[in-house]
Amino acid sequence: MFRVVRKREWHPTITELWVEAPWVAKKHRPGQFVIVRVDENGERVPLTVVDTDKEEGTICLVFQKVGKSTFHMGLLNPGDAFADVVGPLGRPTHIENFGTVVCVGGGVGVAPLYPIAKGMKEAGNKLISIIGARTKELLILEDKVKAISDELIVTTDDGSYGMHGFVTDALKQVLDRDEKVDMVVSIGPVIMMKFVAKTCEPYKVPLVVSLNSIMVDATGMCGACRVSIGGVTRFVCVDGPEFDGYQVDYDELMQRQQMYLDEEKRALEKFREEHPEAFQGVC
Amino acid sequence: MAGEKKPKKGLNLNRMEMPRQDPKERIKNFNEVALGYTPEMAIAEAERCLQCKKPVCIDGCPAEVKIPEFIKLITEGKFVEASRKIKETNALPAVCGRVCPQEEQCEVLCVLHKKGAPVAIGRLERFVADYEAEVGAIEVPELPPRTGKRVAVVGSGPAGLTVAADLALMGHEVVIFEALHKAGGVLVYGIPEFRLPKAIVQREVDYIEKLGVKVVCDVVIGKTFTVDDLLNEEGFDAVFLGVGAGLPWFMDIPGENLNGVYSANEFLTRNNLMKAYLFPEYDTPIKVGRKVAVVGGGNVAMDAVRTALRLGAEEAHIVYRRSRAEMPAREEEIENAEAEGVIFDLLVNPVEILGDEKGWVKGMKCIRMELGEPDESGRRRPVPIEGSEFVMDVDMVVMAIGTGANPLVPSTTPDMETNRRGYIVADPETCKTTKKGVFAGGDIIRGAATVILAVGDGKKAARAIDHYLKTGEW
Repeated sequence: MFRVVRKREWHPTITELWVEAPWVAKKHRPGQFVIVRVDENGERVPLTVVDTDKEEGTICLVFQKVGKSTFHMGLLNPGDAFADVVGPLGRPTHIENFGTVVCVGGGVGVAPLYPIAKGMKEAGNKLISIIGARTKELLILEDKVKAISDELIVTTDDGSYGMHGFVTDALKQVLDRDEKVDMVVSIGPVIMMKFVAKTCEPYKVPLVVSLNSIMVDATGMCGACRVSIGGVTRFVCVDGPEFDGYQVDYDELMQRQQMYLDEEKRALEKFREEHPEAFQGVC
Repeated sequence: MAGEKKPKKGLNLNRMEMPRQDPKERIKNFNEVALGYTPEMAIAEAERCLQCKKPVCIDGCPAEVKIPEFIKLITEGKFVEASRKIKETNALPAVCGRVCPQEEQCEVLCVLHKKGAPVAIGRLERFVADYEAEVGAIEVPELPPRTGKRVAVVGSGPAGLTVAADLALMGHEVVIFEALHKAGGVLVYGIPEFRLPKAIVQREVDYIEKLGVKVVCDVVIGKTFTVDDLLNEEGFDAVFLGVGAGLPWFMDIPGENLNGVYSANEFLTRNNLMKAYLFPEYDTPIKVGRKVAVVGGGNVAMDAVRTALRLGAEEAHIVYRRSRAEMPAREEEIENAEAEGVIFDLLVNPVEILGDEKGWVKGMKCIRMELGEPDESGRRRPVPIEGSEFVMDVDMVVMAIGTGANPLVPSTTPDMETNRRGYIVADPETCKTTKKGVFAGGDIIRGAATVILAVGDGKKAARAIDHYLKTGEW
């Protein structure tokens, strides 16, 4: 079970894996995620399911290598297997024909955004996609997003590709147009989502964000993933991962994501010594 | 002494003490605290049993263990046979021998208890179960012919393991679905290694698998499959829900989302299931404060505070709003915690957790309490003493104030009733829910309780499921 069947390296730090998980593939709906464990000593890592192949019984995972677990996962090749894949977890995205939907993805957040955008398009919405990255090499899934979008705007922070600027700059331009936007969906780094909320606020357009907090069991049992939504504590794993973008306490979420920074650094250094091959092409 | 009856000749009112690790040593490791009897000790303790004609001890055992019979076998040196005698009714003797509150169940009813120390039934149960495993004598009893009926058991905690074992012994095909990556439920994620070694849980799970039960991990019922999927698409004739009460409660006071505040569930799961005490050999990290406050007075609070000590906390406190007498934890666990140097701040209740500029815990504002009139639980209600607020110097807080029902299964099983608190409504005698073919037991029908009550439910449910499978009567 949980064998890797295909692999694509988007960048030395961004990997796509297609993994056998037939039960998850069958049940998955846009917005839901899985928990994976790379081996018997591994931690439980939440990853959004980017795509599924129900016939093949596989799911697509895209992740950025930032810590020990993700670098370790990057070493998996077709034929290797995860120790565990469990899901689909979390509530699916509420998808219906809202009219015009703008999907805003930053960095590796474009990956979890893709199935939601696709679902919105299939429900009959006009889909405007805005995807951004720090620089051209880190941009992912452009072709896939383009294929489902009525309009695609690409931004890079350094101007190496597409529009020079942040996704929020592009979003503002779209919101300023003479066209009603009925819904904005955004996934990316927390700081980006915070500024997407700031950008949207004056336009009073409904905003949904998908949060990626630290989790352990991801079934509502531990509370590691708790966030403040409109002043009330909620669990991302079972109440989310999507919430009203205007209600999220982004600063608290950013703080909570820092909780294990020291330990993450220590584990990563140890892994670098043991597996230098995992870090090829990474500065 | 005047007025006291002299014990009958041969009546031994003192139980055999069980060796334990020295408190100074044990707080530096995660090895089991209690070391268990030697064969000589076990025989000596077993000989104290009066072999009552009407053994009242059994009335106190939800698992219906044939207590005098297994103890008699010990006195004869037949330890393996004694273990098998227990397993006729209880598939988890090594677990129950360790974590059951025998002092409120079988032992409290022991005739000797009227005069002195009751027979140490739990210690004897533990001894024979361990003995059987150590000599490699674990054997699978002969199984009856297969009935061709299939039962899905949701959750692999004590209720699920028991119902699965009993149904397998009745000839039914059983598949256990576990959401986590390891079977055992609360026995692996909740109870620490120093109280219940995980190798022992694994041994009991292995035994149940040897009975023909299939254990499938990484399946979340309510997500991967619904209960209706199990009945309609996956070909199960009945479903047992033993999903536990896993939703952690917080106090709803300011500062609870600061870094350094854990639910006991998270703190214990990181340590027990994910083995964070072995980080970085295992990938999951855990934070330990210099001064740790664990809020609550139950067994889970004791487990958490003793874990914090072992992880290296300089000071570990229990903060509890009532007095020691009202603590729901087992006396033995409170004593263990005291011996290990845990500081008990009683009649104290947190009102706010204070954070530093980076969002980490730097203290906890508390208020002193006094006991007023008894409340509906019969315990005296704690009342805040006005103006008694003070700040505790702590840098980590663990909330161990209880858990509630996880809505994952009920919310995806619309035609099954739950009560006001979210627990599944089930007949206490048969564990039948309001949905045909679906049974439930353990914490999910009554709220967080004990391993042995879950075992008891598992036994009742197995009988009712067997009846349902044979007759189709609901």
